[in-house]
Amino acid sequence: MSTPATAEALPASPPAASRLRPHAWWRRLAALGESTPASVGVVIVLAWVALALLAPLIAPYPPNANDMAALAHTTPSRAHWLGTDQLGRDLFSRILWGARPVLIIAPLAVLGAAALGSLLGLVGGYYGRWTDLVITRACDIVLSFPVIILYMIILAHVGSSAWNIVGVLTLTKAPIIARIVRGMTLDLREREYVAAAKMRGESALYIMLVEILPNARGPLVVDMCLRTGYNVIIIGSLGFLGIGLPPPDPDWGGMVKDTYGMMMVWPHMALFPCAAISSLVVGFNLLAVGLRELGLRD
Amino acid sequence: MARFFAKHLLFLLFTLLVVSFLVFTLNEFSPGAVARKILGAYATQEQVDVLTKQMGLDRPVLVRYVEYLGGLASGDLGYSARFKLPVREVIFKHLANTVLLAAIAFACIVPLSTLLGVVAGMRESSRVDRVILMFSTVVASIPEFALGVFLASVFVVWLGWLPGTATLVAGGGWSVAAQLVLPVTVVVLFDSGYVVSMIRASMVEVMQRPYIRTAVLKGLPFRAVILRHALRNAMLTPITVIMLQINYLVAGVVVVETVFAYPGFGRMILEAALFKDIALIEAGALVAVFLAVLTNILGDIAYVLLDPRIRA
Amino acid sequence: MTDAPLLDVQNLRVAYATRAGEVPVIPGLSLRLDAGEAFGLVGESGCGKSTVALSIVRYLGRAGRITGGRLLFEGRDLATLDAASLRAIRGRRIAMVYQDPMASLNPVMTVGRQLMEGPMIHAGASVSTARARALAMLQEVKLADPEAVMERYPHQLSGGQQQRIVIAMALIAGPALLIMDEPTTGLDVTVEAAVLDLVRELRSRHRSAILFISHNLGSVVRVCDRVGVMYRGELVEEGSVRQIFTNPRHPYTRGLLDCLPTLGRDKRQAPLVPIAGQVEPARVRPPGCGFAARCAHVETGRCTTGPIPAVEVHGEPGHRVACVRADELARWTRRSGAAAVPAAGGAREPVIAIHHLTKVYESGRRLRLGASRASVRAVVDVDLAAARGQTLAIVGESGCGKSTLAKVLSGFEVATAGGVTVDGVEVGALPVDARSPALKRKLQMVFQNPDSTLNPSHTVGYAIGRALRRLQDRAPGDLAAGVARLLEVVKLPPGTAARRPRHLSGGEKQRAAIARALAGDPDVIVADEPVSSLDVSVQAVIINLLNEIQAARGATLIFISHDLAVVRYLADTVAVMYLGTVAEVGSVERVFAAPYHPYTEALLSAVPVPNPDHAVARILLEGSVPRADEVPRGCPFATRCPRRLGAVCDDTPPPVQQLAADHRIACHIPGEELRRLQTALVEPSVARR
Repeated sequence: MSTPATAEALPASPPAASRLRPHAWWRRLAALGESTPASVGVVIVLAWVALALLAPLIAPYPPNANDMAALAHTTPSRAHWLGTDQLGRDLFSRILWGARPVLIIAPLAVLGAAALGSLLGLVGGYYGRWTDLVITRACDIVLSFPVIILYMIILAHVGSSAWNIVGVLTLTKAPIIARIVRGMTLDLREREYVAAAKMRGESALYIMLVEILPNARGPLVVDMCLRTGYNVIIIGSLGFLGIGLPPPDPDWGGMVKDTYGMMMVWPHMALFPCAAISSLVVGFNLLAVGLRELGLRD
Repeated sequence: MARFFAKHLLFLLFTLLVVSFLVFTLNEFSPGAVARKILGAYATQEQVDVLTKQMGLDRPVLVRYVEYLGGLASGDLGYSARFKLPVREVIFKHLANTVLLAAIAFACIVPLSTLLGVVAGMRESSRVDRVILMFSTVVASIPEFALGVFLASVFVVWLGWLPGTATLVAGGGWSVAAQLVLPVTVVVLFDSGYVVSMIRASMVEVMQRPYIRTAVLKGLPFRAVILRHALRNAMLTPITVIMLQINYLVAGVVVVETVFAYPGFGRMILEAALFKDIALIEAGALVAVFLAVLTNILGDIAYVLLDPRIRA
Repeated sequence: MTDAPLLDVQNLRVAYATRAGEVPVIPGLSLRLDAGEAFGLVGESGCGKSTVALSIVRYLGRAGRITGGRLLFEGRDLATLDAASLRAIRGRRIAMVYQDPMASLNPVMTVGRQLMEGPMIHAGASVSTARARALAMLQEVKLADPEAVMERYPHQLSGGQQQRIVIAMALIAGPALLIMDEPTTGLDVTVEAAVLDLVRELRSRHRSAILFISHNLGSVVRVCDRVGVMYRGELVEEGSVRQIFTNPRHPYTRGLLDCLPTLGRDKRQAPLVPIAGQVEPARVRPPGCGFAARCAHVETGRCTTGPIPAVEVHGEPGHRVACVRADELARWTRRSGAAAVPAAGGAREPVIAIHHLTKVYESGRRLRLGASRASVRAVVDVDLAAARGQTLAIVGESGCGKSTLAKVLSGFEVATAGGVTVDGVEVGALPVDARSPALKRKLQMVFQNPDSTLNPSHTVGYAIGRALRRLQDRAPGDLAAGVARLLEVVKLPPGTAARRPRHLSGGEKQRAAIARALAGDPDVIVADEPVSSLDVSVQAVIINLLNEIQAARGATLIFISHDLAVVRYLADTVAVMYLGTVAEVGSVERVFAAPYHPYTEALLSAVPVPNPDHAVARILLEGSVPRADEVPRGCPFATRCPRRLGAVCDDTPPPVQQLAADHRIACHIPGEELRRLQTALVEPSVARR
């Protein structure tokens, strides 16, 4: 009874709502315009998404192609807008291509963490008692570990690949989401509409997913935005430490790692990837600040 | 109070046990790798097997774990394959360096963040608030390595005022103090961004509380309202987070250490991980978790001291 | 001093900035307050009464702004005063007492330090002088052991004590004007009575003028000389307490008085008359009278074209009313009851019966090592029953166990001992998950808080439809008609189905929640304080609706409330609870007439009644409700009972005396003795004369 209940229940209201307002998503996007940080953030993020999507079309060179001739003159020029790196590869092209893995891994890991974390938080907060105790303690243990150390240990053992990074990011961010959702669930489960749902005999799964979770979405979305930003930082940092995505494909952190030793001579090689990653994180964080502002205003 | 401490200490011990066991079993994923690392790539498989056996690495994990715990209890943390030194000495040396960096940084972060957070939050949406909010958001968004690169390109490459590395060996004409400036600045900026926004959010909330209205309508000057009524309440929520920063500052600054070639605890673990120096990883992880749980306890104590409602 | 008023508000205009632009909240309000006078400002939520108070102290937040008018206080215009002069007036000449005293006190500062702050900043007093002043003030607000109280933090005090601290803090500088904004809202009725009496007493001693803001007409009568009635930011009527409450001229004032249940009236007599419609948003302000859209006496043209000036009522100096038809309306009469119809006999079989019900909460912590776990007895040995089609009201102050009782009935808690039968089926030990669908259908609940009763993520139609599906096994495609029918029953337009709760008013939400509870066509409806967070005019609508539905469907209503007047109006049978036990139970006529249980007597005497002629001897309860570990072995009320006999009350549980077939009390004092000692505390209804 429990699973079909939710499956049937969901379409009962959202389609009706979207029929009334055909462009609800567009309106929501437009509503972001009411907050300056949110609009700036969304513009930055969308710009990077567009650049990443269009990289094969815009990038003037293949990302791994060495231009030996350019090595004599690596600084920005007509041929290489942002210059080349120490191997004569076009920096602009590499930065564009480098946006792709980040923009896939970071949100994917956040979605994973949100799913796992919401589940843990809902179950812990709703059932309470020992279920909650076990979940909270387990989350505390994972959280008590300095994140980057945990990556180093795990990745040093299982090696680094995109999937491993997604997995580790999911596992380490889930407890944070779980904590937020648990806190909200503790509050929301005492609401009278939850009591009303129990009085008409709804299953626990229905109550968690249909009555509680939708009302936790505001803070959840803000936090997912923040987490995406932090994930970008961590992916970059892993690349910088040499335990990120395997070379030679471009990875912003890795690009800095290979070139920051040459800063006294060619600072641009490290500066441009740094600017790229910073701007993307600023975008996500501004979006989070803006969303929080808008949420408070309602 | 005694109850409170007993509960926390138990949790500390429990966490240490769980984590050490997890890290210990993780090493099982790469059997033989330890001996291979020690002997190098050119040793034969036989030699590796012999050493594995000599080191007792072929016995069940639980047995070795219990043995390891026994060693821990007597203060023996094992031998570092990477540094060719007892693990205890390696850890002590690197930890001391990191604590130096962390202590200076923490001493800057707390007053700076409190000042900025309180000033921003006391008048929400004022111009000062917007500026501080933007500053903290942007600063917290720049990865530490990028912040390091940006600062270095200005102060090292362009102006030449500071050294680009901080090896803590006074050489190349730079004092240790000068070497510390950039790493500390990067850590302080990156971390303050986060702490400021926490304190600001808490302050904004406190300023909307009825007791602030009571204080204002009593005729108190704004200064007194902030210092006597708002400040302590505004620090309640962030205090735990502030204490957790100690944890980050000691164990989480590996990126900054790498940028400036700083011989700290984080880089030590990185090297151990890359070298698969199991004994050092294991001990490092334990130290890190010990610190983490300890700062948690510190945070709780600070909270209890600030909030009379918990004490009762 | 000349006869210039202490406070002269002239044509005050206040606006709030919103996303939709600046909205005028106070479009132009004038009032005068003489030195030493107490002026009551009444009105429903959102009418702008608190905005007036906050304008006077210039604390409107960032969104609010005074857009015009003058606020003359002691000859100076507060509206244009600079920050430093304002600070010198705040706290010293004008002080304020707020709703929710707990939130108004700094949680991390001792009460003593918060009290001493005033004299230290304004009079530059030394620590010892300030301390002496604070101690003296604590004595004046009658707090026992002031020395100890000084060292306490706010959370260590009860609500009543906290409010006394706030009052002491306000009066410590001897202000010329004391603004009290809903000072007793949220306090229990006996505590409220004590605080109001304290205010009266202090007033006569301190000669401060009082601006007393309240939604409760009764409490205004207790404290004030003059009253102003506000509607949508305007003062529609003002005058002396006697003028306003015996000869109200404005239709809105009359509406307020008519929709208010009183202790002397019940549903079989004059029904409540709600005010039609609901308050329109401040954004759309018609050119004429703000009340025109809801007024029964509206005359298009005269009422709706221009501003309505406030004019003095003929022959009543100081009584001003802003209504062009005020003189044409017939004189208002207080609705007194017609002959009381005795309740139908108790012969009918009970649908729901509670027998020897006890609920004990085990607290997780041991108080001392080796001691048994501390337990709180929330409900102790309760015996009650309700017949089909009847209303059983359970009334009492916070902590009396009435909500726990409701939780056991609805299955959110299970009984520790004893039980509950619904149609003969034992359910006391059945948690809600274990109840059969038939049982769930049979017993439904209406909740207290309109803001949390409906899920903000779901439309009203979804909420009701889902209940229909679960409780009546309706197919998902077959819901629309059922939803529409239920909306009609609760008098909501059919379009409500597509709306979400945030677009509904409190009353509309509560109606939608009632529709949801009716989806299964229940035999028993448990309503836990369903009207206590609603304004009186909305409250009347919901009470009438519950009454109607119950009559039409023959459902049994278990009505949990702290409001004696509402209970008096709605109930057939009343149970008065104190600390988990039933002190008195009986038909509504018997419970509201002597002989009373001493606790019922104290409760009734404490209820503020909006009638200046209603003078009863007040019975003030000493101390506060004892903590779980302080409850005496005998009668739980013994620690505060004004009629306590002696040791027997402390040591022996009181016997249950059957005073009539449908009336019993748990008290050591014989019923005859009580009858001799007590006088009627409610307005005598016609039948009893």
